[in-house]
Amino acid sequence: MEERNTPKSVSRRTALGGMIAAGAAVSTPAAAAGDDAAITTIQPWRQELGRGVDAMPYGLPSAYEKSVHRRNVSWLTADTYSSVNFTPLHDLDGVITPNGLCFERNHSGVALIDPARHRLMLHGLVKTPLVFTMADLMRFPRQNRTCFLECAANSGMEWRGAQMNGVQFTHGMIHNVMYTGIPLRVLLAAAGVRPSAKWLLLEGADAAGMTRSLPLKKALDDCMVAFRMNGEALRAEQGYPLRLVVPGWEGNLWIKWLRRIEVGDKPWHHREETSKYTDLMSDGRARRFTWQMDAKSVITSPSPQAPIVHRPGPTILTGIAWSGRGALSRVDVSLDGGRNWQIARLSGPADTFALRRFYLEFDWDGRPMLLQSRAHDSTGYVQPTKDRLRAIRGENSTYHNNGIQTWAVNKNGEVENVEIS
Amino acid sequence: MSRFRNLVRFPVAFFTILAAIPVLAGGPPVGRVPTDSEIAAWNTDVRFDGQGLPLGQGSVSAGEALYSTQCASCHGDFGEGVGRWPALAGGQGTLADDRPQRTIGSYWPYAATIWDYVNRAMPYGNARSLSANEVYSLTAYLLYLNDFVGEDFTLTRKNLVSIHLPNAENFRFDDRKGAELLQFSLPVCMTTCKTDVRITKRAATLNVTPD
Repeated sequence: MEERNTPKSVSRRTALGGMIAAGAAVSTPAAAAGDDAAITTIQPWRQELGRGVDAMPYGLPSAYEKSVHRRNVSWLTADTYSSVNFTPLHDLDGVITPNGLCFERNHSGVALIDPARHRLMLHGLVKTPLVFTMADLMRFPRQNRTCFLECAANSGMEWRGAQMNGVQFTHGMIHNVMYTGIPLRVLLAAAGVRPSAKWLLLEGADAAGMTRSLPLKKALDDCMVAFRMNGEALRAEQGYPLRLVVPGWEGNLWIKWLRRIEVGDKPWHHREETSKYTDLMSDGRARRFTWQMDAKSVITSPSPQAPIVHRPGPTILTGIAWSGRGALSRVDVSLDGGRNWQIARLSGPADTFALRRFYLEFDWDGRPMLLQSRAHDSTGYVQPTKDRLRAIRGENSTYHNNGIQTWAVNKNGEVENVEIS
Repeated sequence: MSRFRNLVRFPVAFFTILAAIPVLAGGPPVGRVPTDSEIAAWNTDVRFDGQGLPLGQGSVSAGEALYSTQCASCHGDFGEGVGRWPALAGGQGTLADDRPQRTIGSYWPYAATIWDYVNRAMPYGNARSLSANEVYSLTAYLLYLNDFVGEDFTLTRKNLVSIHLPNAENFRFDDRKGAELLQFSLPVCMTTCKTDVRITKRAATLNVTPD
């Protein structure tokens, strides 16, 4: 039996009128009890004309995806200007984060910069100080590179134990984007770095005037001054019109709204690298300049915001993994709280310092599970348990929590953030 | 590794050669040389050792007056912090506690960083509105709130760099390589790795997750 149409004009006006009169769909007379109405009735989108091409000049997701968005944690910060929101990892697949879903972390709000009035200045220990307009920067050779950006404080709310019941909140201070930009070493070469130079100060044009010190060695290795993300201009909240890309290193270094690069011989020890973004150990002393993001992974589905909604049987487990020290090489998954592990299947691009996507397909027997994943990278490093991290660092280091996440799945498929013995 | 191959292929040499041209042609091939006053307008950062500090001075008492009108509504009358806004004073001796208080007095390593940050980003929502002398005054008052200077103190470019904050020596460069990487790089167990698995902590009982 094929879907049945009812005799009517196909004019736009008549089709709309018919839809209003008949509701969302037209039943076919031959439908039998038990048939799927999605099949046996003619859906309005099968009958009436859809939206015209210019109805939405900049495309947006389907109205049915309106729950897919960034969320903040209102009790975490004093206001929304010096604050953070979180990428909805449970709603995403593949490895690329859509631009509008990349988490935001600002220290004095999102600067809304007119690119015609934006400048990038290089000065300090250089032979020739330089200043560029955005148009000037478009004349330098470019590269494209996909990188993850993880905030050093990602999972920071979990140091004292399982707290946030959702992967968006436990792990959502990460995104993965293809950047287009100029290798920083090209700009530095244009200015001519003096032999005594060892460090850079990078500064943003926002009201926080965000600054971080960066060792010259990293700048010359693989940093980029980027103006595009996933092909289009940077979003305002990601630093439009210009941001720094520091592959594998903590997100706070990736200065947004970049306007100035000063070349010097010592680190500056500014607020964001002393008072913040330093890791307090249990003995009261602290680590500073903890730049690299250690290997980490998390299962994004099933997870508290993405429960199992089907009966036992074929089940898809998926997640993301990354490392800031080397190439992500392998992910192990446990369904029983770490008693037994199996190697997950990696799928998609294998870029160093970019997210990898992993899958494990299995038959769920309908019994409770304790899901875990652990990442390996090319240096031999294996993602540790949270307890092993705490044994070294205590519970007050705020940053760099890359411990193994546990999700408890109950017999109904509901999922909770837990910790286990 | 492929990213190093890409480095070699990238046309860096093109621009490195062009960079030598300005001497002959009177300007760089792309962009221009900023004027001294343009550099001065943006080069306002102050390094931990005081490099970049402008001439000026400010007293604790002048700082107190400024603080009460420009800072206290968020940071509290005594630097204790209001609500979720940062505390600026107190907490000395708590860094090894279960609930450490990280403030200028207990945690910050360098006094010059206070000057830089106040000048750079404060007051919140009205950055770059303070004169150099006002920043000196506020820095003096914050040092006073933390018992590092007396109430008659006047801070200057010269004496700022001689102020030593007590937590300066308690920072060390990232030591994960020695402290963690080796023990986190051991062969892994794949089967029958443990016997007892119990749930010890639950997020749901805290109920702090947004919808």
